[in-house]
Amino acid sequence: MATSVRATRGGSPPPAGLRSTLHRLDLKAVPYVFVAPFFLTFAAFGLFPLVYTGWLSLHRVELGGSAQWKGLENYGALATSEFFWNALANTFTIGVISTVPQLLMALGLAHLLNYRLRGRGFFRVAVLAPYATSIAAATLVFAQLFNTDYGLINTVLGWAGFEPVAWESSKWPAQIAISTIVTWRWTGYNALIYLAAMQAVPQDLYEAAALDGASRLRQFLSVTIPSIRPTILFTVIVSTNGSTQLFGEPMLFGGSVGISGGSGNQFQTLSLLMYEKGWVTGALGQASAIAWVMLLLLLLIGGVHTLITRSHHKRKKSGS
Amino acid sequence: MARTLDTPTPTPTPTPVRTATAAAPAPRRGLLRQSAGRQHHAGPLTYVLLGLAALVSLFPLYWNLVAASHRGERVVEAPAPLLPGPRLFDNLAFAWNQVDMGEALVNTTVVAGLVSLSTVLFSTLAGFAFAKLPFKGRGALLALVVATMTIPPQLSVIPLYQIITGLGWVDQLQSVVLPSLVAAFGVFFMRQYLIEALPVELVEAARMDGAHSLRIIWHVVFPVARPAMAVLGMLVFVQAWNDFFWPFIALTPDGNPTLQVALAGLGAGAHTVDQAVVLTGALISTLPLLLVFAVLGKHIVGGITAGAVKN
Repeated sequence: MATSVRATRGGSPPPAGLRSTLHRLDLKAVPYVFVAPFFLTFAAFGLFPLVYTGWLSLHRVELGGSAQWKGLENYGALATSEFFWNALANTFTIGVISTVPQLLMALGLAHLLNYRLRGRGFFRVAVLAPYATSIAAATLVFAQLFNTDYGLINTVLGWAGFEPVAWESSKWPAQIAISTIVTWRWTGYNALIYLAAMQAVPQDLYEAAALDGASRLRQFLSVTIPSIRPTILFTVIVSTNGSTQLFGEPMLFGGSVGISGGSGNQFQTLSLLMYEKGWVTGALGQASAIAWVMLLLLLLIGGVHTLITRSHHKRKKSGS
Repeated sequence: MARTLDTPTPTPTPTPVRTATAAAPAPRRGLLRQSAGRQHHAGPLTYVLLGLAALVSLFPLYWNLVAASHRGERVVEAPAPLLPGPRLFDNLAFAWNQVDMGEALVNTTVVAGLVSLSTVLFSTLAGFAFAKLPFKGRGALLALVVATMTIPPQLSVIPLYQIITGLGWVDQLQSVVLPSLVAAFGVFFMRQYLIEALPVELVEAARMDGAHSLRIIWHVVFPVARPAMAVLGMLVFVQAWNDFFWPFIALTPDGNPTLQVALAGLGAGAHTVDQAVVLTGALISTLPLLLVFAVLGKHIVGGITAGAVKN
């Protein structure tokens, strides 16, 4: 190999046979060399840990200790743990009250941005600015705005004649506050994704609808929404995935009691519970089991997604 | 919400005239264009609603600046301040020197820089292979790349933590950089771009001239891919800059923190640390990216939309 490399670099051309061998090797091997970094990185830092987490979840392991086979015991322990069910429910409710308004508002915002606008660039960058803000920075700012005693949000509510809301210590207000942070960070991002899809909708569809006398709202509901349906499904999947993994927002929103998701675990999510089990309690086996439950949840979501897409395709086929 | 969806504008609504044209054969396109879909000019209500959205998006960032310019005691006093105070530079100096946000800023720049450089390089190579080079198993491998995008980081952090503990890499920046050397999203993004942007004839012509693959990469692929590489670089930089979950586990606030880890450390000590300093830290972590967005906003918007449409 070393000689052949020198041969290509050196002045005298290598013999024809060697050259074509080299050329063939170049053609055959190079694609694999190019994709190798991804697969090596994934194997080392993605696949191996994933499988190993599964193995750990069947054991009793402490940080730094040796593993002891436990079978499905960790999963059984989760099934009877009220903390687990609480975290699962919180992950679900926070997920719903952040994802649904976020995507609805993103749709509306994309529709607005789709008009012929003055200052279009400004509006697009402005609604995307929260995306540039980190989870940590956004949460620390919102934690101040939502503060029960001096936060601006309670001040404004006070002006409107409302009692101050205990945004951190009561369950639903805390979950709403956390969802607000998520929604704030991601609405503009999703709006831009919708906007791009909307601009790819063929103009003829709108013309046909207008000819049929469809109002603007009707056009939006009957032309725009169905046309960008794949994009909507895509964002639903992405944001559902994101909300399944929620960690930084609840942790930092809770301040000194953030690790346990509030004083009464009222906003403890699956990720927080996993962190607490693994790094505070040191029960790595149980933490791994929680991680695998999250994977199963995501697979379930992905399965539902596939089913919806399939049935949509079928309907489309039978419809036309 | 329903109201924003509706967005009535003062442009003329469909009238009986249009119903009449419906009956007429083959109406002229140009005329109808103005009344269809995106061609509409925005009415005042659109501007009001968009202005509101911009305000909601920008206010927390503005208030961050306000809070970072007051004394700690003032920030936690009702009603919270709405206008900038006199202490911005004192707070910045304090956060920079006392809580080491400066060091965190350097760490974050190093991490985000390395991660985006290597991701762009490796993604371009892999994207080129998937887009233009025939090889066995290409379809299956590409499907695998896409599938890995949905695996959450939670599934690997426990073994990863054991690995970096074993290697003595806790608090070392490489424990954050190495797992992010290349990303499935980047590979997919570059493939989508190169499929259309790079004519296969160009690659074949270079091969006919006797160029080997590295030459082709350097003289053909990189020049063609440059715009997409720039966009991908920005997106990955933003993501790496803001990454929280794994850095929070691998690095500690007292060791070699990135900005997000340092901030989390400040925030968790909520009762001992001056809130104005915490929010100054938040400002330091946000400002560089906001500046990038202000300058390159259009390209980032373009990149996000380009990456999404093709998904």
